Amino acid sequence: MSEDIISLIRENVIQGRVNADDEGMDEGLAGQPGVNELVEKALAEGVSVADIINKGLTAGMSEVGKKFEAKEYFIPDMLASAEAVGSAMEILEPHLARSGIAAKGTVLVATVKGDLHDIGKHIVSILLRGAGYIVKDLGNDVEPQAIAEAVKAEKPQFLGLSALLTSTMVHMGETVEALKESGLRDSVKVIIGGAPVSEDFARSIGADGYGADGFQAVAMVQSLT
Amino acid sequence: MPRHGVLVEPYRRLNGAQIEKAHRASLDMLLAPGIICYNREAAEVFGDGGAEVMPLDEAGGRRWLLKIPERVISEAVAAAPTVVKLGARDEDNSLVLDSREPRVRFASGSEANNWLDVDVEPFVSKRDPGKEMAFPVFSVQKGTVERLERAAHLCEHLDSWDGFLRPVNIQDGDINDANKDVNKFFASLNNTSRHVMAGLTDLGQLDNVVRMAELIAGGEDRFRENPIISFITSVIKSPLQLVGDTTQKLIEIARRGIPVVISSAPQGGSTAPIIEAGIVAQVNAEILTGVALTQMVNSGTPVLYGSVPGRANMDDLSDSYGAPEFSQYNIDCVQMARYYGLPSYSSAGVSDADVPGIQASVERLFSHIPVAMSGPQYLHYAFGLLERTNTFCPVQAVLDNTHIGMLKRLVAQPTISDSEVSECLEQVRRVMGTSHKLYVRFVRRALRSGEISPPYPFESTGLTDDTLLRAKERMDEIMALPRRHIDEETVERVYQQVPGLLPRLRVPASKREV
Repeated sequence: MSEDIISLIRENVIQGRVNADDEGMDEGLAGQPGVNELVEKALAEGVSVADIINKGLTAGMSEVGKKFEAKEYFIPDMLASAEAVGSAMEILEPHLARSGIAAKGTVLVATVKGDLHDIGKHIVSILLRGAGYIVKDLGNDVEPQAIAEAVKAEKPQFLGLSALLTSTMVHMGETVEALKESGLRDSVKVIIGGAPVSEDFARSIGADGYGADGFQAVAMVQSLT
Repeated sequence: MPRHGVLVEPYRRLNGAQIEKAHRASLDMLLAPGIICYNREAAEVFGDGGAEVMPLDEAGGRRWLLKIPERVISEAVAAAPTVVKLGARDEDNSLVLDSREPRVRFASGSEANNWLDVDVEPFVSKRDPGKEMAFPVFSVQKGTVERLERAAHLCEHLDSWDGFLRPVNIQDGDINDANKDVNKFFASLNNTSRHVMAGLTDLGQLDNVVRMAELIAGGEDRFRENPIISFITSVIKSPLQLVGDTTQKLIEIARRGIPVVISSAPQGGSTAPIIEAGIVAQVNAEILTGVALTQMVNSGTPVLYGSVPGRANMDDLSDSYGAPEFSQYNIDCVQMARYYGLPSYSSAGVSDADVPGIQASVERLFSHIPVAMSGPQYLHYAFGLLERTNTFCPVQAVLDNTHIGMLKRLVAQPTISDSEVSECLEQVRRVMGTSHKLYVRFVRRALRSGEISPPYPFESTGLTDDTLLRAKERMDEIMALPRRHIDEETVERVYQQVPGLLPRLRVPASKREV
């Protein structure tokens, strides 16, 4: 029984179905339970959180990764699956500590001061949640000092900064400086991304890493975990 | 189900008054100066049909001046079918060309003497001997029967290639005028199940070619229902002359009721006025002359309005297909064909460049896009042609196929409907309820169903242009696929009943010694 529902969770992750409203990839799935409903049901039936995560969500996401590498899946498919996993992790979050399972880490993300562009940040957030991280979004146009205060309060392992404009990327450096001034720089790994920034720029402002796209950002976080 | 092509909302370059002016100018030309005819039978047909016919030579000469009145033209246009079916070995590949519907199908064209091979070789930087890069290297080969077979096989596997108009001139040592027609048609039909069109080299071979087509189509009646071949006749020598031998071929093809293209290819600046009004009126007059002849010989003969107007290159008077005027002239002619209710055979996609590359891509898209937008039913020259139609390059044809696929999406009619609007409103409501507010997940169904464009398959990944290398890889993959030959029993019957076929062509390509 528990194997059946875990198998369904895995399949629905592969289909990228957050809930029953989603169509997924194959015909005739709309209206059937999606990952959210299946995870709720599994919890109600007493399936272990570890099994839901490892055999259902992670196994499904691993299959999605293979399909992506084989060019069978495209980025929209990857994001849909990651969104389904992220949504399931939100449902499971209250159960993690009780089950003795630690999340992989917490990532604070923000679009820096003066910049309202957040598509890239959202994509990275979906992928990070799909990879098992807790993501907290501080929003857009966030002042360096406000970011430093959030780091102090949330104590994340990672801080992701996003900017789209050459005129706002300078505030990434100011944010790193704000962390230093607050004595928080060594407590958090800073990763930056966005169209105008580069690995060289990341190095120049003292960031710990740079992701050219969402996948690289997740890989960078994983390499620093 | 026939191949649908792409239905466009036709771009109109000429307004109604301009079309009428071109029409009137054509009629004026047909009366004065009229058409010089080098074919006695055609002169008699025109005379019987109501044209004024005057010998231009002394008794026994071979030139006549035809002064063709409007009535002859209007009766011919009324008699010519508005819908012409071009059949195919696989009837699902047939093309139903309806002059009332601007639905575009793409075909190859020309009869290029040269075949351009693309190879990929490694090169080492002189400045940095550790740096090695791959680049395409080109070599010109002569057109042969075997290369024509390969072109047909390529056509079979390229989705956008709707009609196979033989793109390669077969110049093998064992090919001569007496056996060229049967071999070029057989080599084509035996390697593609799409419609095959070609010119006729020798009138004496017409019945052999037709017999072959009937055998392959499944009999004489089946061939009538599903004409798997058609002919192109370059019956006009611009300006305003009916060629002797080709006119005779046209008469005989019309007698047999086989679909035929009346092709006229004047060159603006040399064999036609370079000014738009002049070349359009002249090419129109020339094509209408051919149409009139077919309908007087055999009323109801299925004809295509074959316009191939070009512009002269002012350096050497060669054709200049890259010039914008080429597209302008052709768009105008598509409109003229529509005016008469005749299916349009138009021209686009040729480059003046000798090899694939930037010039070739720019020039061919400069005509591919606008001429397709004007809505011809059959757009020829669309695949692989370089060096002003003198060279066919299969790798270029692979690129063209992809670009035409993109073009079909570009020019397709819009699809905004009540169901699409309500579906999108539902998407908007759902997305606005999420934290990320991204529509990405809703792309997936459209991506799979073909509603949106697939990724460009030849994209480069680094600071090099790998497009040709990727296209070459794709061509190699296709060439390695099994050929879709005619069944052996039919081939046997064809070889028994049709003289002149080369024995080597009946051996399946996979079993031939290279």
